[in-house]
Amino acid sequence: MKYFGLIWSNMWRKRIRTTLTILSVFVAFLLFGMLSAFELAFDGSNASIENAERLISVHKVSLINFLPIAYVERVRNLPGVANATHSTWFGAYYQESRNTFGQFPVDAESYLALYPEFTLPPEQEKAWLNNRTGAVVGRAIADQFGFKVGDRVPLTSTLWTNMDGNKSWEFDIEGVFEDSSGNGNSVYMLFHYDYFDEARAFAKGEIGWIIEKGDGSRPNTELAADIDLMFANSSAETKTTDEAAFAEEYAKQFGNIALIVTAILGAVFFTILLVNGNTMAQSVRERIPELAVLKTLGFGPGTILGMVLLEGVLLAFIGGVAGIVAAKWLLVMASKAMASTLPGGLTLNAQTIAWAVAFMFLVGMASGLLPAVQAMRLSIVQALARR
Amino acid sequence: MTAADVLVEVAGVTKSYQKGKETVEVLHGLDLTIPRGDFVALMGPSGSGKTTLLNLLGGLDRPTVGGITVDGQAIHAMSGGSLAKWRSTNVGFVFQFYNLLPVLSAARNVELPLLLTNLNGAQRKQHVATALAVVGLTDRASHYPTELSGGQEQRVAIARAIVSDPTLLLCDEPTGDLDRETATEILQLLQALNRDHGKTVVMVTHDPQAAEYAKRILHLDKGSLLEKAA
Ligand SMILES: Nc1ncnc2c1ncn2[C@@H]1O[C@H](COP(=O)(O)OP(=O)(O)OP(=O)(O)O)[C@@H](O)[C@H]1O
Ligand SMILES: [Mg+2]
Repeated sequence: MKYFGLIWSNMWRKRIRTTLTILSVFVAFLLFGMLSAFELAFDGSNASIENAERLISVHKVSLINFLPIAYVERVRNLPGVANATHSTWFGAYYQESRNTFGQFPVDAESYLALYPEFTLPPEQEKAWLNNRTGAVVGRAIADQFGFKVGDRVPLTSTLWTNMDGNKSWEFDIEGVFEDSSGNGNSVYMLFHYDYFDEARAFAKGEIGWIIEKGDGSRPNTELAADIDLMFANSSAETKTTDEAAFAEEYAKQFGNIALIVTAILGAVFFTILLVNGNTMAQSVRERIPELAVLKTLGFGPGTILGMVLLEGVLLAFIGGVAGIVAAKWLLVMASKAMASTLPGGLTLNAQTIAWAVAFMFLVGMASGLLPAVQAMRLSIVQALARR
Repeated sequence: MTAADVLVEVAGVTKSYQKGKETVEVLHGLDLTIPRGDFVALMGPSGSGKTTLLNLLGGLDRPTVGGITVDGQAIHAMSGGSLAKWRSTNVGFVFQFYNLLPVLSAARNVELPLLLTNLNGAQRKQHVATALAVVGLTDRASHYPTELSGGQEQRVAIARAIVSDPTLLLCDEPTGDLDRETATEILQLLQALNRDHGKTVVMVTHDPQAAEYAKRILHLDKGSLLEKAA
């Protein structure tokens, strides 16, 4: 590419202007990378099929009110329900209060049956089932806190006092499970409800919520209505929704992130289009006589057009690639810092990078197009005479 | 004079410009023959059409009426693209204000016309070195235009004009911006290029002393030519 040197030299005609332009492109693409990653992390639409099939029944008043454990059997026996299990919020931390993550006392067999995406080596599963104080942890949690099979882990619950009158609980790590759904939900610890129920000082026989799955014979909406009807007018009425709706509800807390991100990015790209376009227009205007000289020397219209366009694209790519690389690096740091809050992590996927490259090309072409056409059409005689 | 000895043939060339609704005729039915190896000084009052004629000879503009043949090629009939290609190999231009690219070093300015050829990097370097040696600026190759004197800038411009070895050199007031001493050096250089390297030179000038370096002087007045022997 023998013209590259010429294009490069022309680009740096005004060093400060070019540097500032590249910086603004850099910031724009850094923002694009970061915002896209956050948008992806909060996007509820990647909830899996399994999720959509499961229903969750909670206390009608609020999530922190308990349900009697007897409800689980009643739900399981309802026509159209294939299986039911339950879970309860344990709310403990490891060593320091900032090391908070999700722990749930569950009925191991029925729970694993309902969550087939949590995969555990069979021998670990067996070991867990045979150890009353055993627990299994998700891969992300095991990595974050360095938990290994065979460890005895003390946790401090912020909620549950045990029969000894303190809030300190001990568990044997018997296994590490993965979340094969790709949703990155391996941020929990599961342990035995029986152990929990015997050891806790209050609320014996109560659970947080029921999870159930239909056998396919009836639509989920019908099942949900039936379950709630069954417990209507009891001391603990229920509210049943499917998991996807649950996740959606959760995501709505953050507002319509996709829309906000799109709006911000739209404004950002409009701005850098103006910044780049202005730089290119000024730069070409300044060198009208030089362009006339190049044409005099025999540089054809196509060559002139291509050189100016390439200059605009180069400007966008230098700033853009640097911005994306910086975003990637920052996201790795952010993912580490937020491992337990955003279990899926923050990443730039291939699609985001493809969009970024497309935007760089677009911004470069769009900002260079008018000046390039102007340069191409330039009349040598008039430009040389500075008329 | 046989046909092979003629380099430039201008036949019945009229050039008019459109100024608003008015048409201004700058050159009126011009005829001119320039033999190969000639050194022509083109003089005349300001606005007489000297630059216009030079632009036509170099294929930067087209005549309104008439034909121009250079080295057997009818350049008035060429398309824009082929005219650009023709310029790159057949003509060298030297301007009053040098017109170097400020962002490029002397050597890279000289290299510009070679970018349009098939020469590789090493070959281009070789040609640039030769051209800079001809104008006596080998030691300034890496200097930028702002680091050169006016006379040196004009030498670089001349090196750029000759680097692709064209037969025709067109110079529009090449010494117009230089002091007497420097002007003399530039004129001697042009003379040497004409005498030793066989370049045919057409030079526009206002300076009668500069015109002395030419083999013959043409006077352009109100768009018509008068010849005086030098
Ligand atoms: N592109 C153009 N459009 C309109 N008029 C033009 C154009 N180019 C030249 N002219 C007119 O043609 C006439 C001759 O111009 P030209 O530049 O050829 O003169 P010149 O002899 O080179 O003058 P000078 O010695 O001042 O350089 C002038 O009156 C000029 O105004
Ligand atoms: Mg002139």
